[in-house]
Amino acid sequence: MAVRVSMTVNGKAVSAEVEPRTLLVTFIREHLGLTGTHVGCDTAQCGACTIHMNGKAIKACSMVAMQAQDANVVTIEGVAKPDGTLHPMQAAFKEHHGLQCGFCTPGMVMNAIDFAKSHPNPSEQEVREALEGNLCRCTGYHNIVKAITAGAKAMAG
Amino acid sequence: MHAFNYHRPSSVNDAAALAAKQAEGKLLAGGQSLVQAMKLRLASPSDLIDLGAIGDLKGIKVDGGSVSIGAMTRHAEVAGSAEVKKAIPALAYLASQIGDRQVRNMGTLGGSLANADPAADYPAAVLGLGATVVTNKRKIAADDFFKGLYETALQPGEIITQVSFPAPKRAAYVKFKNPASRFAIVGVFVADTGKGVRVAVTGAGPSVFRVADMEKALGAKFAPDAVAGIKVKADGLNTDLHASAEYRAHLVTVMAKRAVEAALK
Ligand SMILES: Cc1cc2nc3c(=O)[nH]c(=O)nc-3n(C[C@H](O)[C@H](O)[C@H](O)COP(=O)(O)OP(=O)(O)OC[C@H]3O[C@@H](n4cnc5c(N)ncnc54)[C@H](O)[C@@H]3O)c2cc1C
Ligand code: FES
Ligand code: FES
Repeated sequence: MAVRVSMTVNGKAVSAEVEPRTLLVTFIREHLGLTGTHVGCDTAQCGACTIHMNGKAIKACSMVAMQAQDANVVTIEGVAKPDGTLHPMQAAFKEHHGLQCGFCTPGMVMNAIDFAKSHPNPSEQEVREALEGNLCRCTGYHNIVKAITAGAKAMAG
Repeated sequence: MHAFNYHRPSSVNDAAALAAKQAEGKLLAGGQSLVQAMKLRLASPSDLIDLGAIGDLKGIKVDGGSVSIGAMTRHAEVAGSAEVKKAIPALAYLASQIGDRQVRNMGTLGGSLANADPAADYPAAVLGLGATVVTNKRKIAADDFFKGLYETALQPGEIITQVSFPAPKRAAYVKFKNPASRFAIVGVFVADTGKGVRVAVTGAGPSVFRVADMEKALGAKFAPDAVAGIKVKADGLNTDLHASAEYRAHLVTVMAKRAVEAALK
């Protein structure tokens, strides 16, 4: 039996009839066509599917869409300014070469933005701990850590 | 994942009524364990009863000597709570060590306890502090709650509403974690309650357990060397690709010593 799911995604109200077993990440990618949110593992390990639900970073592969009923969801498509100006965290990833293939990057950036809100001037150790739920198979993490440290400072202004 | 019917009740009573009607149904909290289990078809409930819209199940209250935490309170909220940090710092620390940030933003206290994963962290705090698990039907003492591998005293459809943790004189939790999942290979919670010492071990056996010899020794003298010579038997402990039963038994003593050290700081 289909259910109606309604939420706000990147500032826009969305609503659709879905099967209850539709994962949030499936809803975002296949129903809304927002394919910036990636699926790396589908088992809650890699963090490529990280989005914000009510401001908090969560893994969209590990919940059904109905768990986001009435929630405020932000995906990687929703963080830059409408004129295309990158979010300070995105700009820091670009500046510090915090990506190679880019597959993990949307999840990294979304987790980093949430983390930076409570850590305006993080230590390297804090950044590395914050990345426990995000895997990158390319960079070796050093530049990601540099990017997040700089991005957090930039966000704090 | 197999198809199921979805329900989103707004009160504990409505959730209980739905659960009573759906013998093959399951309660849904954060979904961090259940949704993954359903994808693997380890669980195929006919109905999911989502507790996410029930306001009464959320929140933290500190009242005199005890901290009450609603079943739907996320790990991150417990880890970040100024009140919990003040009343039972070891509990806030334990919550901060569960999984990763994203898992802590979704996973809940009630889900963790009902799931009773042998390597989960919260069971160590519940048993170590002698907490009380409150359900929609009754109050269950920690010593009666954990029954075995993924097994608790909960009856089908019974809903954990909150857990009440008495604040100890001093306490600490130390875990030797699996570096990939952060689950406990062995975790030890030590609490000097003022009325005696409790030592609870998670990760080592099929279910969290207490170590009476350590509790007695620490009751006589609350110091790391009091437990340094006390070994638990490897018989019945877990062996898997991460660690043998013998290694886990060894870690119980090491982690207990470190937990006492941490509690004295
Ligand atoms: C990558 C990863 C790493 C993790 N690392 C750790 C770790 O280091 N330490 C650790 O302890 N845990 C860890 N976990 C597990 C995590 O803490 C889960 O959040 C927790 O085990 C389940 O909580 P949940 O709220 O997601 O429950 P769900 O998955 O929604 O439910 C779990 C079970 O509990 C039942 N249930 C839920 N709420 C109630 C209730 N109120 N009353 C009765 N029954 C209920 C459900 O029916 C289901 O059977 C990890 C999980 C992941 C995905
Ligand atoms: S796809 Fe969600 S954690 Fe990997
Ligand atoms: S840049 Fe390729 S996985 Fe991280």
